[in-house]
Amino acid sequence: MSRHVIVTGASRGIGAAIAQHFIDLGDNVVGMSRSGTAPAGCVRSFAVDVSNSASVNEAVKASIEELGPVEVCVVNAGVTRDGLAMRMTDEQWREVMATDLDGAFYTARATMASMVRNRQGSIIFIGSISPFIGVPGQANYGAAKAGLVGLARSLAQEVASRSITVNVVAPGLIETDMTSDLGPSKDQMMALIPMGRIGQPSDIAGVVGFLASNHARYITGAVIASDGGLALGH
Amino acid sequence: MDRNEAFAKLTDNVVEVLAVEPSTVTMEANFFDDLGADSLDLVELVMALEETFNVEVGEEELKDISTVGAAFELIYAKL
Repeated sequence: MSRHVIVTGASRGIGAAIAQHFIDLGDNVVGMSRSGTAPAGCVRSFAVDVSNSASVNEAVKASIEELGPVEVCVVNAGVTRDGLAMRMTDEQWREVMATDLDGAFYTARATMASMVRNRQGSIIFIGSISPFIGVPGQANYGAAKAGLVGLARSLAQEVASRSITVNVVAPGLIETDMTSDLGPSKDQMMALIPMGRIGQPSDIAGVVGFLASNHARYITGAVIASDGGLALGH
Repeated sequence: MDRNEAFAKLTDNVVEVLAVEPSTVTMEANFFDDLGADSLDLVELVMALEETFNVEVGEEELKDISTVGAAFELIYAKL
């Protein structure tokens, strides 16, 4: 049965892999990104600025009008603006909070109503292991990604009675545009990964697919790391 | 819109959201005690009423709403 699946940040990296995973399952995937690009198999794509709630509301409303209630919402859109805290600008802080946390809230809020009315659904936030292990230069990113856990768990409580699950997937170090220019700290991190390799977007997509599936119907408020053991024990 | 017409529309929304019999939707009916609603139901109901009547209900206005009558008067005053 083709589900109405929304994926934000679908233009590349983990988001694109997630969108592709649901496309391959035969779902009706709607890709949202700043550019509006999304994998070719998406039934619809929207150019959305997730840090702007009106932009998010408009796109989700249009998607629902076309495809009915949202059944799976993958909140993946995210950016980094790394820099050591003492020299981090207001702008670096704000940009990451606006896209990674504000945007996450706006997206979840917009899709929740149709899920609640439909009495089913799954919201999956793409977090990060960053706040669990602490990463220098990621005061903004770590704060926002940690925030997603608080957000997810509050929402999980609110909608549990409607059989809607809300969970977080926390990727470790994944090979995407976002991590391609990490420099020396990347090699340091790689040496710490128990499984000895960098992760691929598809390593995350499968976990998301699982959480959206019937297999995970009793899982809510969970944080599942997919990190080759990097944050093992945290 | 006259009161009867408005109340009929409100009843439709209540019946749909709370899955109750229309006969239970009286002015005195308490959403939580009589109609089995929880807080999420009330949010759903308010959103449905906003759409039906094309009005906006602020969060502060909802605080004292526990009966059908209170909800009706709140909405009707905005028409």
